[in-house]
Amino acid sequence: MKQEWRSFRPGDWEREINVRNFIQKNYTPYDGDDSFLANATPNTTALWDQVMELSRQEQAAGGVLDMDTKIISTITSHGPGYLDKTKETIVGFQTDKPFKRSLQPYGGIRMAEKACADNGYQVDPEISEFFTTHRKTHNAGVFDAYTPEMRACRSSHIITGLPDAYGRGRIIGDYRRVALYGVDRLIADKEEQKMTTRSTMYSHVIRIREELSEQIRALKELKELGKIYGFDISRPAGNVQEAIQWIYFAYLAAVKEQNGAAMSLGRTSTFLDIYAERDLSEGTFNEEQIQEFVDHFVMKLRLVKFARTPEYNALFSGDPTWVTESIGGVGIDGRHLVTKMSFRFLHTLTTLGTAPEPNLTVLWSVRLPENFKRFCAKTSIESSSIQYENDDLMRENLGDDYAIACCVSSMRIGKEMQFFGARANLAKCLLYAINGGVDEISKKQVGPQYRPITSEYLDYDEVMARYHDMMQWLAGVYVNSLNIIHYMHDKYCYERLQMALHDMNVTRWFATGIAGLSVVADSLSAIKYAKVRTIRDENGIVVDYEVEGSFPKYGNDDDRVDQIAVEVVHSFMNYIRRNHCYRGGIPTTSILTITSNVVYGKATGSTPDGRKAGQAFAPGANPMHTRDNHGAISSLASVAKLPFSDAQDGISNTFSIIPGALGKEDRLFTGDLDLELECGPDKACSIPNLMQGLDRD
Amino acid sequence: MLGRIHSIESFGTVDGPGVRLVIFFQGCPMRCQYCHNPDTWKAFAQTKMSVEEILALYEKNRSFYQKGGITATGGEPLMQMDFVTELFEAAHQQRIHTCLDTSGIIFAPDLPATIRRFDRLMAVTNLVMLDIKHIDPQGHQNLTSQKLEPVLAFARYLDEHAIPVWIRHVVVPGITYKQDLLYRLGRFIGTLHNVQALDILPYHDMGRVKYQKLGIPYPLDKVAPLGKEEATAARQIVLQGIRETRAQKNSCQLLGTN
Repeated sequence: MKQEWRSFRPGDWEREINVRNFIQKNYTPYDGDDSFLANATPNTTALWDQVMELSRQEQAAGGVLDMDTKIISTITSHGPGYLDKTKETIVGFQTDKPFKRSLQPYGGIRMAEKACADNGYQVDPEISEFFTTHRKTHNAGVFDAYTPEMRACRSSHIITGLPDAYGRGRIIGDYRRVALYGVDRLIADKEEQKMTTRSTMYSHVIRIREELSEQIRALKELKELGKIYGFDISRPAGNVQEAIQWIYFAYLAAVKEQNGAAMSLGRTSTFLDIYAERDLSEGTFNEEQIQEFVDHFVMKLRLVKFARTPEYNALFSGDPTWVTESIGGVGIDGRHLVTKMSFRFLHTLTTLGTAPEPNLTVLWSVRLPENFKRFCAKTSIESSSIQYENDDLMRENLGDDYAIACCVSSMRIGKEMQFFGARANLAKCLLYAINGGVDEISKKQVGPQYRPITSEYLDYDEVMARYHDMMQWLAGVYVNSLNIIHYMHDKYCYERLQMALHDMNVTRWFATGIAGLSVVADSLSAIKYAKVRTIRDENGIVVDYEVEGSFPKYGNDDDRVDQIAVEVVHSFMNYIRRNHCYRGGIPTTSILTITSNVVYGKATGSTPDGRKAGQAFAPGANPMHTRDNHGAISSLASVAKLPFSDAQDGISNTFSIIPGALGKEDRLFTGDLDLELECGPDKACSIPNLMQGLDRD
Repeated sequence: MLGRIHSIESFGTVDGPGVRLVIFFQGCPMRCQYCHNPDTWKAFAQTKMSVEEILALYEKNRSFYQKGGITATGGEPLMQMDFVTELFEAAHQQRIHTCLDTSGIIFAPDLPATIRRFDRLMAVTNLVMLDIKHIDPQGHQNLTSQKLEPVLAFARYLDEHAIPVWIRHVVVPGITYKQDLLYRLGRFIGTLHNVQALDILPYHDMGRVKYQKLGIPYPLDKVAPLGKEEATAARQIVLQGIRETRAQKNSCQLLGTN
C-alpha cells in the first residue's frame, strides 16, 4: 500500500476511483457532543481581521476592490497570492492577491466587459478584440442559434435568468479524488478511459475523446497550480492538512476556470475526518491545529469572488458564489455520516463568525445523532447561517454520497452533473393563456396566437384548458432554448477540470425551473372559487383583474387550492418530459427562486389572484406573503404536498420566524429547560418537577 | 357538539411543550387590562368546529406534533368546558398530549356538579397552564374584574389531583411588577407540589392594534412594555418566594420526624 494510505482499511477504492467506498470503509461516526472543539488560534484571528479590513475597503470602493483586466484566468494564469504567508496553513487565491477578481471571458466577452465597466475598469482592448473576432464565446454561440421566438421569450421574461451569457455552474467536481489519489493516478485513469471509446468516429465519440483530452490537460495544469504554491499534488495527500490543501487546489482550479452561477464544493467533511482521525491517533496534529486548517480552508472559500454585473447581483440579491458544502446525512447501511469534522465545519461559524458562504448545508435525518442535532440547533440560533435539507427524502433516490449544488440541486458526486436551466415564469404563462399569447406588458405577440379569452368573467375550465395549451408551448420553447445553451456551453466554455473529476459516463440532469407557482395556484383558485372580472385596455388585452368574493389560498393546508398547485407542477413537468433533451439529459424541475422572485414579479403584469403588476412573487414554493394565516405548519403542509417526483431538482420554502415564536425565552422560563433531564429529554410527560429542580439547587 | 373557535395556530411553540396545534376558543369572562386578545372576549364566533374537524387537522400534520400535542386556550376555554372535555377525551384516546391554558376562573369548590365536570376533564388533561394574574385579591379584582379565590382554589385542586401544572404570570409595570406581590406569588406556588414550570411573561403592548380595531380604549395606554432585565429580576423574586416556602416546609418535616 502507498505510504500515504498507511493504516487505511483496504477496499475497492484502491483498485478503482471510488471515494465513497473509501469513506464507507474508513470513517468513524461520532456520537459525542461539541465539547472537543477548539477555539480560533491567534493566527486565524489575525488573518480574519485582515480579511475584514479588506472587506471594509472593498465596500468603501463600491463593492469591488480590484479586477484583472489583462490576464485571462486559467488554472495556471496567476502566480501565488497570499494574505500572510507566514500565518496561512491553507493557501491559494484565484489571482495573485486576495480580493482581486479574475477575468473570465469564455462565457461571454460582453458580460466580462460589462462587469468591468460597471465597476470602473476596462478590459484590455486586445482581449476584447480577440474574443470578438478570433475566438467565439458561449454567449456568441447561443445567439447564433436562438430562434426569434426564443429571443422574444427571453426579452419578455416569460423565460428568465437563462445561463446564456454567463457560466452555468451547478457542476460539482469530486475534489476529494485529488486528495485521495493524487493527480497522476487520475490522469492515468482518464488515459485508460480514452482507450475505451468506440473506434468508429461518430460525432459523440469524437466529442468524448476531445473532452477527455481536455480533462487530462486540465489535470496537468492542476499539478502546475500545486507547484506554483510549492506543493507536489501528483501524489496522494499524506495528512489532513494536505488533504484539505489538495481538495482546495482542485476547487480553486475550478473557480479559476469557471465563473459559474453556483460553484459548490460537495461533501468533503466526513472524507477529511478520516485523515484527521489518523493524524490525531498518530500524534501528527492536535485538535487546535486541525480546527485551524478547517478555519483557513473555510476562510479561503469565503473569499471566492467573481466579476459580475449589477444586474446579475440584482437577480441573485447579492454576490453569491454558492460554495455549498453538504454535511451529515445517513448512510444506506444505517450508520449516520456525522463525524467530528462535521462539527468542525459548522464550528467555523463561531471561530470566524457568521457568513453566508460557504453555504453550510446539513443533510438532515431524524436518525442523526442527538448531540449533533443539538449542536446544529445551537449554531443555527447563534448564526442563522445553516441550511437544512431532507436527507431521508433524497437518500432514497441518491444514495449516501450525493451533495447539493447551489441551494437544493442534489447530485451523486463525480457520477452525476446538472445542466442548469433557470426558470419559466408560469404566472406570465397564465396571462398569455388568457390573452392568446400577447404579452400583457409589451403588448407584443410573444407566444402562439391561440384564441384569447373574451368573456368578462373568467371561467375555470376554459382558463385551465388554455393554460394547458400555453404551458405545453412554453415547455417546448424553454427546453429547446436550454438545448442550445448547453450545447454551446459544452462547446465554448467546457468545464474540463470539473468534468475531469467525474466518471467518464456521467448522468446528466437536465434542470428546468418554475417561478410564480403560488401566484398561479391562487389565481386559479380565485377563478374557481370566487369571481374574477377582467379589465381590458382599448385593444381588448386583459391588463388587470378584479376579484369578487373570497377564495382558498395556497399556504393554508387547504386541498382545494393546494391540489391546483400540485396539478400545475405535475402537468408542466410532463410537458417538459415530452421534449428532446440535449445529450441524453434527464429532465427535472425545481421550484426554488430564492431571491430572483422579486425580479420576476417586476416583469409580470397583474394576475387574477389580486396581485398587482410588478409586485414580487413569493420565493420558491412559498405561499404568497401574508396569505398563509393558519400558522407555519399549515403553510409548510401546503408546500409539502408538491410532488418531489415531479420536482426532483428541489423545492424550496423560505421560512422566517421571530425567535419568540420558536419557543420560550430561556431566561424567563424556568422548568424543563434549565433543569437536568433524566428520563428522556423529549417527552412532555417526563419533564422533571420544577420543585425538585429548585430543591436540588 | 360544536366549539366556538376564534382561530387556530398550527405551529404553536409557546403554549405547552413541543410543537402544538393551538385552539383559541371564543369567549372570556375576564377583562384583564393587559389582555392582548380582546377579540376573543365576546361569546359569539363566526367559526364553529366539531371535535372531529379539529382532530382531523391534527391528524393531517401529526408528524410535526410528535413531541407536542393539542393546547386549548382562548379566550377562556373552560367557558366551553363540555366541548373541551369531549375534545380532550377524543384526543386522549388517540394518545395525543392535551394541555389546557386557563385562568381557572370558573372553578367552584363548593358545587359538586362543577367538581364532577372538572374531574372528568382533568382525567384526560396532561398539563394545565394556570395563569395567575394577580396574587392579591383586591388587585386581582381590579386587574381582571373577577375574584382571585376560584383561581387559587383551582390551583389547590390540581395539586390534590396531582395534575402537572405550569404557572404563568404576566408581569406588568406598576401593577404586578412589585417585589411584595411577586414574592407572595412565589410563596403561594411554593405550597404546591405539581408545578413543573414557571413561565414569567413580560407585559407587551402588541394587543394595542386590536383595541383600535374594536374601538375599545386601551386600558394600559400609559404603561410601557416590561424589559427583559426586569422580567428576569421578577422571575428571581418569584423563585425566591418558592424556595423559602419549600425550605420552611422541609425543615418542618425534619423537625417532625425527629
